[in-house]
Amino acid sequence: MSSNEAQTARGRLSFNRFLIPIAVFMLLATVLAVGVKHSPDVGVIHSPLIGKPAPVWSLPLLADARRSFGSQNLRGQWYVLNVWGTWCYACRDEHQSLLAIAQHTAVPIIGIDWRDDDAQARSWLAQLGDPYATVATDHDGRLAIDWGVYGAPETFLVNPSGVVLFKQIGPMTPDVWQKEFASRLPPGLARGHS
Amino acid sequence: MVPELGHFALILAMLLALLQAFFGIAGPALGRDRWVAATLSAVAGQFVMVSTAVGCLILSFVNFDFSVRYVAENSNSALPLFYRIAALWGAHEGSLLLWIMLLACWTLAVAIGTTRLPQRFAARVLGVLGFLSFGFLLFTLVTSNPFLRLEPPAADGIDLNPLLQDPGLATHPPVLYTGYVGLAVAFAFACAAMLEGRTDPAWARWTRPWATAAWTFLTCGITLGARWSYYTLGWGGYWAWDPVENASFMPWLVATALIHSLAVTDKRGLFKSWTLLLAIVGFSMSLVGTFLVRSGVIVSVHSFAADPSRGTAILIFLTIAIGAALGLYAWRAPSLRSNGGFELAARESFLLFNNILLVIAAATVFGGTIAPLIADTLGQGALSVGAPYFKPTFLLPILPLLALLSIGIHANWKRGRLGDSRGALLTTLALACALALAVVLGAYSGRQLLSYVGVALGIWIILSSLVDPIDRWRRKLTLSRAVLGMTLAHIGVAVVVIAISLVESFTVERDIALAPGQSARVGSYDFRLLGVRPVEGPNYSAERGAVVVSRNGRTITTLFPEKREYWVRQQVGTAAGIKNEYGTDLFVALGDDLGAGRWSMRAQVRPLIALLWLGPAVMALGGFCALSDRRYRLARAGAQERAGVGPTERPA
Amino acid sequence: MIPLVGAHARRLLIGACACVLVLLASAPPALAIDPVQMPTPELQARYLALIQEFRCPVCQNETLADSNEDVAGEVRRQIRTMLLQGKTDAQIRDYLVSRYSEFILFKPEYSLRNAWLWLLPVALLALGTVVALRVIRARAALVGEDDDQEDGDLGPRVDSR
Repeated sequence: MSSNEAQTARGRLSFNRFLIPIAVFMLLATVLAVGVKHSPDVGVIHSPLIGKPAPVWSLPLLADARRSFGSQNLRGQWYVLNVWGTWCYACRDEHQSLLAIAQHTAVPIIGIDWRDDDAQARSWLAQLGDPYATVATDHDGRLAIDWGVYGAPETFLVNPSGVVLFKQIGPMTPDVWQKEFASRLPPGLARGHS
Repeated sequence: MVPELGHFALILAMLLALLQAFFGIAGPALGRDRWVAATLSAVAGQFVMVSTAVGCLILSFVNFDFSVRYVAENSNSALPLFYRIAALWGAHEGSLLLWIMLLACWTLAVAIGTTRLPQRFAARVLGVLGFLSFGFLLFTLVTSNPFLRLEPPAADGIDLNPLLQDPGLATHPPVLYTGYVGLAVAFAFACAAMLEGRTDPAWARWTRPWATAAWTFLTCGITLGARWSYYTLGWGGYWAWDPVENASFMPWLVATALIHSLAVTDKRGLFKSWTLLLAIVGFSMSLVGTFLVRSGVIVSVHSFAADPSRGTAILIFLTIAIGAALGLYAWRAPSLRSNGGFELAARESFLLFNNILLVIAAATVFGGTIAPLIADTLGQGALSVGAPYFKPTFLLPILPLLALLSIGIHANWKRGRLGDSRGALLTTLALACALALAVVLGAYSGRQLLSYVGVALGIWIILSSLVDPIDRWRRKLTLSRAVLGMTLAHIGVAVVVIAISLVESFTVERDIALAPGQSARVGSYDFRLLGVRPVEGPNYSAERGAVVVSRNGRTITTLFPEKREYWVRQQVGTAAGIKNEYGTDLFVALGDDLGAGRWSMRAQVRPLIALLWLGPAVMALGGFCALSDRRYRLARAGAQERAGVGPTERPA
Repeated sequence: MIPLVGAHARRLLIGACACVLVLLASAPPALAIDPVQMPTPELQARYLALIQEFRCPVCQNETLADSNEDVAGEVRRQIRTMLLQGKTDAQIRDYLVSRYSEFILFKPEYSLRNAWLWLLPVALLALGTVVALRVIRARAALVGEDDDQEDGDLGPRVDSR
């Protein structure tokens, strides 16, 4: 094109022009490589709640639907919020980990039973063990949406000021607990009883 | 036994592809004519081996050999024969084998079709194709072997994905892949030209039929996919700007630019480096598309199994292939000189804008598709790009292009002389505007500007395209197949534009809940539910509804939407009930049983959507027509072609 | 030999469960048929438009309108609630983005961060036009130099494709 009839004086400029495609391609290859590296994370929504105040919530208790429980009961203390359901296979997987964690930490684990049947949930906990300090039920998903939950299990760490510090998407494991939750708790709370 | 044979054949094919690449590239470079001749043998051998491998896999499917993992993952003892064969390309490994098979077929076709070209050049083309085959075969054998066995063999397969159990599966992937792979041929021709240091534009003439063929298959493949999703997915959408859909659309846009650019290079020896670059970029888009779909880097309903190791392997391969080609380009392109001139209103000028606008469209779609990746690389967090982005940004270069199309058809080469056609152009424009107004306001009582513009542009293109042929017919002159093909293809594009303008603006869609006997009004039609009853299919059980559609009291048709549950995968699928009435689709999909015989359903009226399928058919017809032009008849090629010096005399 | 139609072979593969997850996107994009009637046509129109705008958080690239997932249904219900509460479209958008991040939008926001994305086509168009006109100007200057080439066979009215 214009480079074809470039004068010899402009010879060097025209040569540079033809390097543009390969330069652009190298940039593209880099982007794609980064994409591959991060590909296990594709589709995982990074919560915009982190660092922000947790939404105010209040839900009926699993033990007694007439009574409610919520964020104002937890004001001024650390707590872990775990969203689960009996219909969720992965929740079953993480249940053992939760039981172990509940054993040795003083931080209450609040269970939110999401879109579930109360009776079924109670028998599930009776059967498999109950790691939760309190269990509230979210039948219509109000809390789930408010917290940006899109699948179960999801677990949040909230500090005494009500700020969400971390969100775990997927089952909780002892590793995750150590690395992401315990590391953010003040010493003494993660292990042992206050 | 059979899978072992297939596996072995695949390994041999890979080795033969390597030989093909070696002989094809080193032979001409070192001047060894024996090696050049050996390339053909390698091509034939590779074709035979790949066919054997494919045959073995098909046999495994047909015979319910569930010791082969791929068969067990995609088939079932209750799966009908038709789908057992089509299941070959139902998942990642098999679809790669399909790629390889089609590449071998195209390579064989090229070997046969270039016997009259200079043999060293042809060998280089085959060599490049061999390199591509080798890459794909290596990747398949190492990461995605379809012949892996299950130990112990499975008792039964887990069935083909119900979404794929549709006639669309038999046609869409093979046709689409034929197009994708066909672009490799143009890529190979371009690489061969660059390897040889050719500066004369003969290679463009040789490449044209291959590029046109690839374009035609891509057109058909994309349309088949759109039609399949429209009929199968239950919501009547035909295009969602999903990354995988975009991955097929971008090569098509570039291929369109390529075939036009090849025309300029062939005819006037101009745009040489442009054409080379387009040939490279076209196939690169195919490769990048393959990468995007199979590596799990993007979110899509269509993507194959996500596997970062596969993604890395494909990325390495495509970096080598495209990097080498672009490197060749940077080396050779500066020495391509041409001395033609043309005026502002000349055909070359219009085709230059054509190239640029199509490339902009492709770049925009590409940018939007990988935007999440770019944002990720820049550490910016989540970025999500969908139809609301693509629609306006795609139209930005395409609307001017459509307008220029009508005018550019009448431009002469070199000296536009558009003044001669001014009368015809203005008349057709006025007529188009009036007709569009009549259609949009009259038939559809709509007031959307965009739909009006779309319909007007479409009609203008059709009228403008017909001016010349009608004039020639009246003067009793012949019309070459090439020009006829061009006319048909342009008309086909116009029909698609009209269809999309109407469907996007005037579709009526409603979710309704009906008890038996109840009816609801959708657009100007009434949909009345008769009832829903259970039925059984070969590998599913379903609820089938009967819905009567009428208009102004007159019954038009009864639709039978189904909601199916496939036994093995326990997956739910929908089969919509669709009937076309004078080009307009009446569409019903079943939703949920609301109890007491009441069902929710989605009803749609899609005006003139038949045009959306007709348009590409006309485009493809145009493509095939152009391919059957006299100049491509092998028998006519003379010794001059073999010598390959300069353009030969143009056939009258 | 081959079981006939009617014999339900429901046996699943050993270890196939893992494979199922890995296979061709098996979540069926079954539609979300949700016969919803908002109190006014204006609200109905806004509702229908809004549910097309947002991505279903768990699906692979589907809109809220098209997804059958429970989460999508709940988000749709939330949107209806907010519409009935009189919230504006922008407020609903902000609400969802603050919970699900920008990932839930199909239309990238007009922000400085996304400027490159929105400006890309415009910039390309401008650049392309400039390049095209420069080329044409250069080539137009060459016309007349090679008048030895016959113009006669270059018209569209002859077979010259």
